[in-house]
Amino acid sequence: MDAVLFWILAAVMVIASLLVIGQRNPMYSVLLLIVSFGALSGLYVLLGAPFVAAIQIIVYAGAIMVLFLFVVMLLNVPTEDPPTGYHARLLGGAGPRRFGAVLALVLAVELFWAFWRYLQPAPMPAGSSRASATVLEIGTKLFKDYAFAFEATSVLILVAMVGSIVLARRETK
Amino acid sequence: MSVPEPTLNSYLLLSAVLFCIGTAGVFLRRNLITILLSIEIMLNAVNLTFVAFDRYHGSVDGQIIVFFVMTVAAAEAAVGLAIVIALFRHKETLNPDAFTSLKW
Repeated sequence: MDAVLFWILAAVMVIASLLVIGQRNPMYSVLLLIVSFGALSGLYVLLGAPFVAAIQIIVYAGAIMVLFLFVVMLLNVPTEDPPTGYHARLLGGAGPRRFGAVLALVLAVELFWAFWRYLQPAPMPAGSSRASATVLEIGTKLFKDYAFAFEATSVLILVAMVGSIVLARRETK
Repeated sequence: MSVPEPTLNSYLLLSAVLFCIGTAGVFLRRNLITILLSIEIMLNAVNLTFVAFDRYHGSVDGQIIVFFVMTVAAAEAAVGLAIVIALFRHKETLNPDAFTSLKW
């Protein structure tokens, strides 16, 4: 059952992600990425990480993607510009774009080669019944071993908040 | 059931596929918002790797790193979208090739 679910969720994720980068309308891209994140959350549950699955839905699909949707609707640019002008030919032309696609493909081949060459098939440890202890464990560890990182994160969030307000504000003289 | 049981390698391969899709998106798309979405795909591929290894080793450190990655991703998305809005206000376009003032 778990195996079937894994392959279904993996297929949903890959197809949704491919469609995200295949769309010209960013609106559909954002909605498809939410589908992909839903599948990823299912994979986290299969991996015995219900806490991560929950914050994947709440924070990613619920907050970050809504922010993206908000900006997409605010800017209202339903389609991509066709490449025009000197700079478009220089950077967005067929040649450099093909070069970029080839680079991505090379990265894929490298990763696959590394995985097949150096990793023996490593079965997951059986039993996913750590669920009830996980959140307690995560909380304890987060506020003990990772306390400094946690506080630094709160400063980061504050900086990001102030920064985005300053950047997006309309200049009034 | 003849479906192969997912191993650590299956998760790593899935993560690699997603990371490559994200990379290809950054290279191929000409829309700043779609490029940011591709970066999110890459971040999530890395998160999946963290959680898979975390399960493999039976610890929770990977999940804590994922928590931090999500926080940084949220900050990155907020600042990135603010920059996109500011850029759009200047040139009325989302094409990254239009913003070349800093290019030599």
